[in-house]
Amino acid sequence: MNIVDRRLNPGGKSLSNRQRFLRRAKTLVQRAVREGSGERRISDIDQSGEVTIPADGVREPRFHRGPTEGIQDHVLPGNKRFIAGDTIERESGGGGGGSSPGDAGEGEDDFRFVLTREEFLDLFLEDLELPDLSKRKLATLEAKGFRRAGYSANGSPVNLAVLRTMRNALSRRIAMRRPKKPELLDLEQEIRRLEQEGAPDELLAPHRKELALLQQRSRRIPYVDPVDLRYRRLEPVSRPIAQAVMFCLMDVSGSMTEHMKDLAKRFYMLLYVFLTRRYENVEIVFIRHTHEAKEVDEEAFFHSAETGGTVVSSALREMQRIAMERFPTQDWNIYAAQASDGDNSPEDNSACASLLKDEILPICQYFAYLEVGAEETRMPAGFIGRRTTLWQTYKPFGDEGTVAMRRVTDRREIYPVFRELFRRDGADAEGAAG
Amino acid sequence: MSQPAREGLLFQGKDWDFGTLQRSYDAIEAIARTDLGLDTYPNQIEVITTEQMLDAYASTGMPLFYKHWSFGKHFAFHEAVYRRGLMGLAYEIVINSSPCISYIMEENTAAMQTLVMAHAAFGHNHFFKNNYLFREWTDAEGILDYLDFAKSYITRCEERYGEAAVERVLDAAHALMSHSVHRYPRKRRPDLRSEERREAERHRHREETYNDLWRTVPSSTTASGRTISEERRRALLELPQENLLYFLEKSAPRLQPWQREILRIVRQIAQYFYPQRQTKVMNEGCATYCHYQILTHLHERGQIDDGAFLEFLTSHTNVIRQPEFDDPSYGGINPYALGFGMMQDIERICTRPTGEDREWFPDIAGRGDAMAVLRDIWTNYRDESFIAQFLSPHLIRQWRLFHLVDDPDAPELRVEAIHDERGYRHVRRVLSRQYDIAWQDPDIQVTDVDLAGDRRLIVHHHVVNGGLLAEADARQVLQHLADLWGYDVVLKEVDTSTGILLKEHSLQARAVFS
Repeated sequence: MNIVDRRLNPGGKSLSNRQRFLRRAKTLVQRAVREGSGERRISDIDQSGEVTIPADGVREPRFHRGPTEGIQDHVLPGNKRFIAGDTIERESGGGGGGSSPGDAGEGEDDFRFVLTREEFLDLFLEDLELPDLSKRKLATLEAKGFRRAGYSANGSPVNLAVLRTMRNALSRRIAMRRPKKPELLDLEQEIRRLEQEGAPDELLAPHRKELALLQQRSRRIPYVDPVDLRYRRLEPVSRPIAQAVMFCLMDVSGSMTEHMKDLAKRFYMLLYVFLTRRYENVEIVFIRHTHEAKEVDEEAFFHSAETGGTVVSSALREMQRIAMERFPTQDWNIYAAQASDGDNSPEDNSACASLLKDEILPICQYFAYLEVGAEETRMPAGFIGRRTTLWQTYKPFGDEGTVAMRRVTDRREIYPVFRELFRRDGADAEGAAG
Repeated sequence: MSQPAREGLLFQGKDWDFGTLQRSYDAIEAIARTDLGLDTYPNQIEVITTEQMLDAYASTGMPLFYKHWSFGKHFAFHEAVYRRGLMGLAYEIVINSSPCISYIMEENTAAMQTLVMAHAAFGHNHFFKNNYLFREWTDAEGILDYLDFAKSYITRCEERYGEAAVERVLDAAHALMSHSVHRYPRKRRPDLRSEERREAERHRHREETYNDLWRTVPSSTTASGRTISEERRRALLELPQENLLYFLEKSAPRLQPWQREILRIVRQIAQYFYPQRQTKVMNEGCATYCHYQILTHLHERGQIDDGAFLEFLTSHTNVIRQPEFDDPSYGGINPYALGFGMMQDIERICTRPTGEDREWFPDIAGRGDAMAVLRDIWTNYRDESFIAQFLSPHLIRQWRLFHLVDDPDAPELRVEAIHDERGYRHVRRVLSRQYDIAWQDPDIQVTDVDLAGDRRLIVHHHVVNGGLLAEADARQVLQHLADLWGYDVVLKEVDTSTGILLKEHSLQARAVFS
């Protein structure tokens, strides 16, 4: 009998099969992922989770009899009151409790399974890319770091590369023919043996001489010499900052309905996921505003109702203050997404424009403005609705490409709009993918 | 680390190490060989993790298997069910190979490991080595080598012809797999070891000779294709043929040699699993009966303490739990429960028979040596014959079995027989038929092919009791069949008793394999 411990064998034997499965069911899974994402919290969206796809797409057909075809025999345990010849009324669907279960999973309409975080995001964000950042001030994206870069002959003791040093020492010792320890020991033993046997001096003398020579040689050639020393060399490099902050600005005045907030939430969610793919650490700041702005947590941001007027510049000012205090641009990439129904106090528009131009846009990597409309105001295609005050304020920025602007009225539009904003350009697709 | 065991005890507490496993194994082996007289393949116990167990689930328990998306699907399914906590993982998986490999999970307690070794490494192992179906249809020595060959062959095909092309062949082959076993013994015992060599030989042979079918293709110079008699043609094509993949491998006109080899691989694997489907009750019953006997002996001899024995009993009773039909958790008859129940009942008949038993089982009642009787049964029966022969009135009463008929034409369900004098034989016959694969699987055969005309393949489904095929699935499978065949396929569903054609499906081949 053998007992074999297989626990340390590399796992993931099914990984390749799993990838094949996902590839096969890709369109189905993708749809499921995108639809399913609406139910998650913003920062939970990228966790692994269950998806359900229609079983039809990954069916493995077999010849088998239809479940309701022909006469079915059942032998069942646990008879309590029946005698031969009794009849039992059919229960709807159940068939008197005798319906035998089909093959596992075969009879089900839906196939449920768990996607890992990576798989989820791959499917969710396929083909998307951050907008071309090189046009912006990339210098602010840098942070200093060190990178291993070979060996050097000098350096600080902590960076001593022991293995490399010893290898050098060994080759030097071989080259210089430094006597090995066993050689010396053998010779000493030989001399001792001869001495004990009382061998004559003329026999011992050459041995002694050789020993003296070897010992001298071994003293002269050190085991490790300063020339052997090697140090790991570290090279300073500048790295892009691996953290980002995402400002979510939203108008919560009375005119914003639940529907509008839901639209905004979905957009924020997508943006958050997208940023987490690019940056190790993503912070979210929620700023809601009426006629005054306030930083709140996610729960309050989406769910608590406020009353008041609408002064958009208050939110921009709050954002600028927080960015100054907590997110200096040399350490953070700043992204902002603003959602609003487009209302603003007319006298605030110029303040908004100048704030945006002078304070906000210079520190932001990306500023998106999402105008959310009520469901019932959906206009038939071709009809251009009235432009809101805020839209008109932002329009110049949108035209020059510094603010990404979209208008959304239906939940289904969110994902297409998001994709549109971040679509990988055909031209630089290769560069972005690399 | 296990604590030093008290005098005579194999282990204490729930922790185990490899020393514990070895000690337990030795103690189990002593009982299995001397008290139970089991005869097994050499054992190999492999300790694995949960994730590895899920991996094993996905590839039908085999340690190595070729790659296909459907295994990924099963993996995803099991993983989701497991994570939701709906399903515990099996304590073990055992492979019919020599040496017999048993996977045991690292999470198991020492008592569970003992149970699992008794169950898998001795119960199942004995059954694999001795049951006539396994001896007839499987080659325990060769299976792992064969799977290795199959895996590398399919990988080579993928490298050469592309993953998509290979996947298409495998999809089609998998769809036909359930109807691709030989059901009647052949002259030669399976010898999977030489498969690899034979694949090369076949390849050479194919290059040197030509397919018989080509000779029958009508040509302008010879009329031999036309003059061949119908009888002769059917004989040449070995028709009627119920092994669909075998037929395609040998006779499909348009397949490449590598595609035929893949069909062969899938067919061989289907054949390897064929006995398992027919002996579920007996196999699990045998293993359960053995572990019950072995653990009881260990406890009687003071080699496991009361705590471990109680833990064992808890698992054991969970395994053999049989909910009644009106219980919400009823999901069919539990093969562990039925097998174990019947084997215990046989033991009772051998040692403490009643008058009824003597009348029903004159051969074994009062024989005394229950183990000898059981070993003989394990060797010579499959589920269907086992139940037909050995389900006793005593057990039918104990389980209160009854037969319910669901006739879609009748307004109500009818109780045909119950556990009474008139019903015993009836219930037993119906139950045994439910374990008869030939009765349960639709009987589908290739009956003819119009070689002189449009080469349409004609397939019959012999319908029993009006049980037609589920149409959507059947059409998908037929599509695969047509694709592999390369020409049209028509499936006729014919009532066996009356010979009336009930339904006909015909499908055209898509050019996916050319």
